[in-house]
Amino acid sequence: MSSFWNIWVWVLTLGSIVGCFILLRWCLKNFAGVEEGESMGHSFDGIEELNNPLPQWWSTFFLLTIVWAFGYLALYGLGSWGGLLGWKSSNQGILSIAESKAKTLEYLQEGSGVLVQYDREVAQADAKYGPIFAAYAARSIEDLATDAEALKVGQRLFIQNCSQCHGSDARGTTGFPNLTDKDWLYGGSPEKIKETIMHGRKAVGMMAWAGAIGGEQGVKEVAAYVISLSGRSINADLAKAGKAKFGLCAGCHGPDGQGSLAMGTPMGAPNLSDNTWLYGGSQRAIEESIRNGRAGVMPPWKAILGEEKVHVISAYVYSLSQD
Amino acid sequence: MKNIHEKVEKNVGLFFLFTVLAISIGGLVEITPLFFQKELAQPVDNLKPYTALQMEGRDVYIREGCHVCHSQMIRPFRAETERYGHYSVAGEHVWEHPFLWGSKRTGPDLARVGGRYSDDWHIAHLTDPRSVVPESNMPAYNWLNKNVLDGVLTGKKLSTFNWLTRNRSHKDEQGNAIPLYTQAEIDGAADAVNGKTEMDALVAYLQSLGHALK
Repeated sequence: MSSFWNIWVWVLTLGSIVGCFILLRWCLKNFAGVEEGESMGHSFDGIEELNNPLPQWWSTFFLLTIVWAFGYLALYGLGSWGGLLGWKSSNQGILSIAESKAKTLEYLQEGSGVLVQYDREVAQADAKYGPIFAAYAARSIEDLATDAEALKVGQRLFIQNCSQCHGSDARGTTGFPNLTDKDWLYGGSPEKIKETIMHGRKAVGMMAWAGAIGGEQGVKEVAAYVISLSGRSINADLAKAGKAKFGLCAGCHGPDGQGSLAMGTPMGAPNLSDNTWLYGGSQRAIEESIRNGRAGVMPPWKAILGEEKVHVISAYVYSLSQD
Repeated sequence: MKNIHEKVEKNVGLFFLFTVLAISIGGLVEITPLFFQKELAQPVDNLKPYTALQMEGRDVYIREGCHVCHSQMIRPFRAETERYGHYSVAGEHVWEHPFLWGSKRTGPDLARVGGRYSDDWHIAHLTDPRSVVPESNMPAYNWLNKNVLDGVLTGKKLSTFNWLTRNRSHKDEQGNAIPLYTQAEIDGAADAVNGKTEMDALVAYLQSLGHALK
């Protein structure tokens, strides 16, 4: 803050406090020229104004607020002066996270004279929760998945960060995978689950096939074949015609529609033969998927949550399909 | 002694003047100096201007009143930063006209929502919030899928933002201001958004939020 604005703030603040004090002193004087308690000489509807002084309790409190103001300013500062406490709520005015971290380190040092409320709050929380998460991070995900307390922590984190897509019961919804079944797009091992959460996933993506497989008729045929893969009854002629075109799909979904994971290439192409459907299993939904394509994206969480929390969430997610 | 207090009591104009004076001191001390502080006009290092599509999305955000239920202001409390990310700083918002900080959270803060969800999720969620979050009380905005942008005003919006941010843009090595948008970007703005839906624009805007502080 420049010296002009610094003076501006000081003069106006202190001036208004002192002004309040002078005003109070002045109002406490009997300047009306009328004896205390006597009539001021006008009445309305029989109600008469008397020259009574300000109530003692009120003017005392007013004085106390003025004393309080000086105490507050001394502790918390004014203008560029940081006050006796050196208190700040946060590192405002920073231009990057690195700058924020550097300032935090500087202020946390003994004798810096600055107390950043936010940093102190975080340091206290880290001291309390840091060892807990560090202990979790040192254990394997399989081991954590049997620890009721760790799972509780994992569930909290899941509900906070993951439930928006996967649902608060982790059963997913159309387009967002169910995590409680054993059907995985990118692998259900502890390592794969953690990798998925840490770095996110981007399906190679299914293109819009309608044009390449002979328009609407082709879409109907391939959909019929896909439905037949999971043993559901469907027009056999349509399914047969679809099978002839399924070669185009086999590149990602596998020759038998078993999915890319079963082929050892986690491209995110679902298993089509297990009657579990990511984008809906109705004839209409399957046709829609073939007609216009699909491409699921899981965002990466490492930067947002950090590895330790991802580790605990991984254990929770892993536990959901173990029974 | 004469009762001089009576002068104020019986003169509305004078009383009004004193009242305004008394009330304005707080603002004069707390607000006025902020206009002249360098820290509050300097963009954070990684701040990038909205693309044409994001700019249109921002206008949809304003039109639909998203800021009435969603704030874009993460306060420096651990309870907030655990959920939303690093607290907001002034330098992230110096190009905002108007600010969309909001003042009430019926829904969550969106200051760093960008990248937390997939585009598909945003589309599903805006079209029918309860299809992905059954507990949600957010209204559905299904018309955004149908409204197509024509881009008639997009270029004008970009050049207006060049003017609005003329004193607070990034500077090059010689200290010259770098405008947010080049003339080519302004000229190409209509084509950049032409044919896109309001949904595309809003999702692009939402995905752009919160990446500036790195």
